[in-house]
Amino acid sequence: MLRDLWYALDDFLRTLGQLLIFFLRLVANSPSILFRRAGLVVKQVYNAGALSLVIIMVSGFFVGGVLGLQGFSILSKFNAEDSIGTFAAFSLLKELGPVVTALLFAGRAGTALASEIGLMKATDQLSAMEMMATNPLRRVLVPRFLGGVISMPMLAAVFSVIGLFGAHLVGVNLLGVDQGAFWQQIQTTLELKDVYEGIFKSVVFGVVASLLAVWEGYNAVPTAEGVSRATTRSVVNSAIAVLILDFIITARFI
Amino acid sequence: MNDQSDNLIEIRNLNYSRGQRQIFKNLNITIAKGQVTAIMGPSGTGKTTLLRLITRELNPDSGTILVEGIDIAKLSQKDLYKLRKRMGMLFQNGALLTDISVFENVAFPLREHTRLPNRLIRHIVLTKLHAVGLRGAADMMPSELSGGMARRVALARAMVMDPAILIYDEPFVGLDPISMGVIVRLVRKMNDALGISSILVSHDVQEIATVADCSYLISDGKVAASGSPDELSNTRSDLVRQFMHGMADGPVAFHYSAPNYAEQLLGRDAE
Ligand SMILES: Nc1ncnc2c1ncn2[C@@H]1O[C@H](COP(=O)(O)OP(=O)(O)OP(=O)(O)O)[C@@H](O)[C@H]1O
Ligand SMILES: [Mg+2]
Repeated sequence: MLRDLWYALDDFLRTLGQLLIFFLRLVANSPSILFRRAGLVVKQVYNAGALSLVIIMVSGFFVGGVLGLQGFSILSKFNAEDSIGTFAAFSLLKELGPVVTALLFAGRAGTALASEIGLMKATDQLSAMEMMATNPLRRVLVPRFLGGVISMPMLAAVFSVIGLFGAHLVGVNLLGVDQGAFWQQIQTTLELKDVYEGIFKSVVFGVVASLLAVWEGYNAVPTAEGVSRATTRSVVNSAIAVLILDFIITARFI
Repeated sequence: MNDQSDNLIEIRNLNYSRGQRQIFKNLNITIAKGQVTAIMGPSGTGKTTLLRLITRELNPDSGTILVEGIDIAKLSQKDLYKLRKRMGMLFQNGALLTDISVFENVAFPLREHTRLPNRLIRHIVLTKLHAVGLRGAADMMPSELSGGMARRVALARAMVMDPAILIYDEPFVGLDPISMGVIVRLVRKMNDALGISSILVSHDVQEIATVADCSYLISDGKVAASGSPDELSNTRSDLVRQFMHGMADGPVAFHYSAPNYAEQLLGRDAE
């Protein structure tokens, strides 16, 4: 029993070590790709970012709307409906923006990355590159990783802005909170530090979600079943990692 | 014995296993420069594996592989890539990059390794596609190609850098008789006109006889026979005759090793 636990832990630590080495290799190769092959990265920013935009905007709008409703029902108990703007802005910028975006990203872009890379492996495309003296880590993995890392903060920002718009629509236009108070409260309470926290989180989540997606795809067993498992694992692991890291980062910032 | 410098590839005492199964047992092969060397063998003997060992995609358990006199196990990644730039490889299933067009697939090595102007790249790519009869398919995506077309595109890609060594894994599978004839002649012509060396894996005994200078028949992890196609078809050995004439009975088992058929059908093997 204790032995099994030890083996499981040992296994986990080994995988973590390999993941760390893999991460360092990606990072080490990033600058040269970013500067010399920027076109590859731009294409992946488009794939990961632009194509996730619709789902991010729709989700952001409705999450913001719900914040407006919930905020109103709680805050009106304290006669503080005017603070609804602050409530929504804080929730979105610091928590929901980065976290929900990361979860949606893992489902939309992460799965696409993992399955694409896994399939490239299964159909010998990575071997073929290797044989054409092109390192697939640099040509395929690094641009996809960077594409994810770059798009995540932008997507989180879009999510928060649209969310705030949704909260405004519900709070001000629907429930009749004063528009001036809505914005003014945000202005007086929101500090730069809070914005930084949100940005910091979404950068970390971008790195983690992209890293795990690329890693799972690259290490997929090269069969149809292997690729589908890798895809599933990339979402599950990203989601768990994001939520755990969110807790840790939040605790650090408070 | 050949002079050292005439040998393109020398494989000495190669051992390689995958899991429990030993695929090569003390394999020795010499591949001469400037010739078309065929590697034949029953399905699953490890022909593809051998190619992957020669290109160091896989590493042997023991034994050495010399390419142009250099032990490839000792090459740094940079030197290995330098060597690979001089090799063209046609994968068994084509292995085209599915996210870019046929044209871009063939242009891929040029774009990665050279700084040629676009016009020149276009010229080279169209020439190579023309040679395999697919200039008209340049704008198609790999998913729109048939198996045989994909393999021909892969062939164009393998030769786009004008390599010194061309490696073909089953180039004739899935081709109609007309393209087969064209490709066979192309393989031979490139070898002779450009002075390159070719390694060709195939089951196709007849085609091999027309294009290969020398062939190796691999079975059970070892070289079962070698020599010119004529020499092979005149050998007395049962194994060689079985393979060359396509007979089901003989020393090479058609079946992958398995428990006794009758016993298994009767469900006795589980006991
Ligand atoms: N990834 C792998 N894992 C385990 N065993 C493998 C793997 N790839 C190949 N093998 C085994 O290695 C042996 C040789 O495979 P290989 O693909 O080299 O055969 P081949 O001679 O090219 O056959 P074919 O003519 O059908 O292409 C087979 O018996 C196969 O079972
Ligand atoms: Mg094969």
